[in-house]
Amino acid sequence: MTDATISPAALEDDARALFRRKRMIAFSVPVAILLYLTYTFFAFDVPGLWQRASADNARSLVADTYSHKVHVTRDNRSGEITYAIEGERKGRYPEGESPSWVEPGETTIIDLEDGHIVTFGPETITYDIPGYGMVTATPSRSAGVQAVLPDGDMPEWINVSKNRMAITTDAGRLTVTRNRSEVFRYFFGWEQFWFTLDSPYHNMNVVEVMSRFAAGENAEIWDDFWNNPMWLHSSVAWAIFETILMAFLGTFGAAIIALPLAFLAAKNFSPFWLARFTTRRFFDFVRGVDALIWTIILTRAFGLGPLTGALAILITDTGTFGKIFSEALENVDKKQIEGVQSTGARPIQRYRFGVIPQVMPVLLSQILYFLESNTRSATVIGAITGGGIGLMLTQAIITQKDWEEVTYYIVLVVLMVMFMDWASGKLRARLIKGDDGGH
Amino acid sequence: MADITSSGVTPQSITESYLQEIKRKRLYSGITLVVFILLMVSGFNLAASRNGGSFWGGLSNFFDYPSEVVSEAASKASELPAHFVTYFPALVETVNIAAVSTLIGALLATVLSLLATRGLARWPWAIGLVRRVLDIMRAVPDIVIALILIFILGGGPVPAMIAIAFHTTGALGKLFSEVNENADLKPVDGLKSVGATWTQQMLLGVIPQVAPNWLSYTLLRFEINIRASAILGFVGAGGLGYELKNAISWGQGRYDEAGAMFLMLFLTIVIVDQISSAMRNRLTHGDGGLHA
Repeated sequence: MTDATISPAALEDDARALFRRKRMIAFSVPVAILLYLTYTFFAFDVPGLWQRASADNARSLVADTYSHKVHVTRDNRSGEITYAIEGERKGRYPEGESPSWVEPGETTIIDLEDGHIVTFGPETITYDIPGYGMVTATPSRSAGVQAVLPDGDMPEWINVSKNRMAITTDAGRLTVTRNRSEVFRYFFGWEQFWFTLDSPYHNMNVVEVMSRFAAGENAEIWDDFWNNPMWLHSSVAWAIFETILMAFLGTFGAAIIALPLAFLAAKNFSPFWLARFTTRRFFDFVRGVDALIWTIILTRAFGLGPLTGALAILITDTGTFGKIFSEALENVDKKQIEGVQSTGARPIQRYRFGVIPQVMPVLLSQILYFLESNTRSATVIGAITGGGIGLMLTQAIITQKDWEEVTYYIVLVVLMVMFMDWASGKLRARLIKGDDGGH
Repeated sequence: MADITSSGVTPQSITESYLQEIKRKRLYSGITLVVFILLMVSGFNLAASRNGGSFWGGLSNFFDYPSEVVSEAASKASELPAHFVTYFPALVETVNIAAVSTLIGALLATVLSLLATRGLARWPWAIGLVRRVLDIMRAVPDIVIALILIFILGGGPVPAMIAIAFHTTGALGKLFSEVNENADLKPVDGLKSVGATWTQQMLLGVIPQVAPNWLSYTLLRFEINIRASAILGFVGAGGLGYELKNAISWGQGRYDEAGAMFLMLFLTIVIVDQISSAMRNRLTHGDGGLHA
């Protein structure tokens, strides 16, 4: 401190300046973030979003994920009544059968429970709503839908126009138009997840099915479940397998291609400047072109399918692996190679015994890490190239009504990714532990 | 290992047992290799058999489409600058989606990662819960959230932004909490002893230590998110990906536009990668004192 150029005053000034600068940064960073978020708030038109957002869609989506509905539909011209789960052809009750809460007859009585009774008469439709009263509606081709409501203000859950009446209550939903009358009754759970209506096991409980299973009907039971036409369990299992296959082929294929190239790109193995430069730029190019563009190009060349998805992962990851591998190779210990060389090993043996044992654990652990993240990428790429669970998922979303299936697939995808995460973590831990002397 | 203390050990027996062990090891790695090759080959054949086009056929006309695009773009080279101007707003939207979602994801990950780190968590009993939440957020592919949100909110950048931010939170939360585990707890203890609240302990004691590594991971995530944002645009969430899809489905005649967009996307990704990797290098190697 005897140095004449540093006075306490100058030090204090320095410290104060430093503090000022730090304080400035501490304030300006949040302000900059806030300004940027405000800009994007308007650039993305978030205020307009709430007008476009559809609460109905959200409600039906949420309801669909944990419940299902049974449609009772009357064709008002022929008087024919059909019962179908989710209104789907595949979920239709066989001719002459009806759910237990419906009493078919000239006047069909539909019990929605808690006192809610809907009747489909030859001419008129009635709905007895407890606490409100009786609503009747008479559809006819000439006069539209003539609805008669109890006196008083019309509640907002009833919607009546000239040609349509819709009533939504907690018990269910009734719509009457000129051509048809329809009742929805909601049930908790996913419909026909185990067996569809045409299976003899549909109405049995678990114990009954298990006892039959034990009694030797296992093949039939398994077949009815596995080939369930609504949930397609076998196709879903296959799609999951296909997604993992895409990730597996892509990741390991990329590793196999990238390893020799990485030697060319590593400073200590590749004496030629030009070879190094070209391979490095090749890696950069392949990574820069991006999975999306590769996917488009590959789809043109190879058509839709899992192979195209695997190749898209392969090409993109070749660039990434090449970069990572060559960096790992540049960090190898020269002494081991010299040791192997001193025994008279040829170059290829030098690589095999001097280099590979050093870098292998690092590379394998990177590869396994990518295998896990590529399982997720394969879901996304599969949606574009048409393979695996990604395709089934996007198709189910695009129908905009099979949300229970979407939920099911999402659960499966999450489990699949978590499983891969867990498995690759286990393998990586073993690799690193089993080889702590190596690096 | 041979029993060294027993009297029957001779150099020969050691050599023999060593060679035997080597043999066994070679056999095992040989079997692993064969199984691996079998898996690769059969998997490849399986994937090829379920593909729309054949592998070898595709390989031979692999360059057809790129060359078509390039030749059409080259023949209309004078129009390229105009296309760049036309699609620049879409590119900005793609980059904005990535930037906002990285920012929001990183901010959420900051809080969640601190809650998921042993020794730092505000509520230690919730560590397992927060970690599972992060796992799930990481596991849900962004395309799923984007498509569901498009159904509810309509198309546009917001569904993609939310979807990517969701995934980013999970991914960064895990990485951040790994960084947090290596943080020195002495500053936290010091702050605690003078009566600082949990927020103050974290802001003043932990974040200055971990910020460089966090920032480095966030930049890496931004690179990834630009790509994700382009892909999500392709399935209907706005930005350059959406325009690209339209231009491509139009087919021949608009390849010059597709080519222009390919080029823009490529350049953006390369530039962002370069800047971010330079910044990351400075963060992790530039000031060695900040992380041991």
